[in-house]
Amino acid sequence: MSRPAEGAPASWEVFLRPRRGLSHQHVGSVRASDPDMALSHARDLYTRRGEPLSLWVVRSDTVYAASPGERDPFFSNAPHKPYRYPEEFVPLSEGGEGDD
Amino acid sequence: MTGSPARAAASPGAGEEAASQARLTAEFEALLAEGETVEPRDWMPDGYRRMLIRQIAQHAHSEIIGMQPEGAWLTRAPSLHRKSVLLAKVQDEAGHGLYLYSAAETLGVDRAELLAALHRGQQRYAATFNHPALTWADTGAVAWLTDGAAVINQAPLCHTSYGPYARAMRRVCQEEAFHVRQGYDLMKALCEGTPAQKAMAQDAVDRWWLPAVALMFGPPDTEAAGGDAKTAALGAAVSRRAIAWGIKRHTNDELRQRFVDHCVPQAERLGLTLPDPGIRWNEERGHYDFGPVDWELYRGALGDDTHTARQRLAHRVAAHEDGAWVREAAAAYAARQSGADTAGTSTEAVA
Repeated sequence: MSRPAEGAPASWEVFLRPRRGLSHQHVGSVRASDPDMALSHARDLYTRRGEPLSLWVVRSDTVYAASPGERDPFFSNAPHKPYRYPEEFVPLSEGGEGDD
Repeated sequence: MTGSPARAAASPGAGEEAASQARLTAEFEALLAEGETVEPRDWMPDGYRRMLIRQIAQHAHSEIIGMQPEGAWLTRAPSLHRKSVLLAKVQDEAGHGLYLYSAAETLGVDRAELLAALHRGQQRYAATFNHPALTWADTGAVAWLTDGAAVINQAPLCHTSYGPYARAMRRVCQEEAFHVRQGYDLMKALCEGTPAQKAMAQDAVDRWWLPAVALMFGPPDTEAAGGDAKTAALGAAVSRRAIAWGIKRHTNDELRQRFVDHCVPQAERLGLTLPDPGIRWNEERGHYDFGPVDWELYRGALGDDTHTARQRLAHRVAAHEDGAWVREAAAAYAARQSGADTAGTSTEAVA
């Protein structure tokens, strides 16, 4: 996410709930000077088809993020812990099928 | 990438830096080899980033400049139905441009810079759109042939190695199928109409066939396609790099062949003749043969200097400048609102 150039409208990340049963999903970004304009640009751009249910816009520079390349220890609780998975343990039945 | 031993000895940090570069490059190559996507915050070689910015920007510019030939026909559509369809299509093209500028911004550029580079003539768009759309049938031929070529070009880009580009392309491709269909439908209506309407359809195909075949797929990048050896070798080098990085997945000439194979039977169904006497089925290859493009001649005839090319860019710049007051007003409104919000917090309760 780049810094906005002098005078350029801010960048907003757009999240869309495309239909019932799904959570909001990141679909892209728009440029706008205020939240209402961001929402209306996002509406024009990302909801031209289908039956969208809801739209969020979030200023790109307010997203506080971490990524594995930069902060490896931050995600160290994910790998190397096989005991977090059911396959690590003895099956409940012969062959282990139908357990879950 | 690896410094000479003498240089490394001269500056102690250089060897370490080279080793770290080599490690990052190896990680990046491994990611590509696994068929994984590269995401915005991953380390990537400068060349990869530059190639992507160049390609995505060129692509985005083509989408928004591509609105012009058809957009000019909006007020002269022959029925309300065709007008609604064309309006939806032209709006989609604007949207495609915006999806792509959004993807480009994840690479650390600002869309304002990209637009400025387009306006200065430093970044390109598909030269196909430097042809004028002379009749109503051109809107059909552009959609059927140019968008048809775009679909063939873009379908593999849905799996390009850079995540945001691939995701933007999936949205684009879903919409592009509608563009091709409505163009074909428009051509079919003309072909089933009066002899004059059919002649208008044939005339539009005569003018849009070569731009689609030649310009939508880029220069030749295999010698087999009949280009001269030097141009083909140059094109092949660029394509090899792009394919190695997973940005492209096929050569320009492979995609061009695929396009011709799609179009010939479609034209036959319409009863239209594609303006290339070299087109015939080749049983042995399992493909249609087609006449080689005379690239030298074609490029010469299509400089940036043509009347339509100047008109396209001037129109784009004028639209941008005419919109300046809207952008300024929006910024002023936003500034006043945020000022009002800060002032308001002390006196108003927030529900």
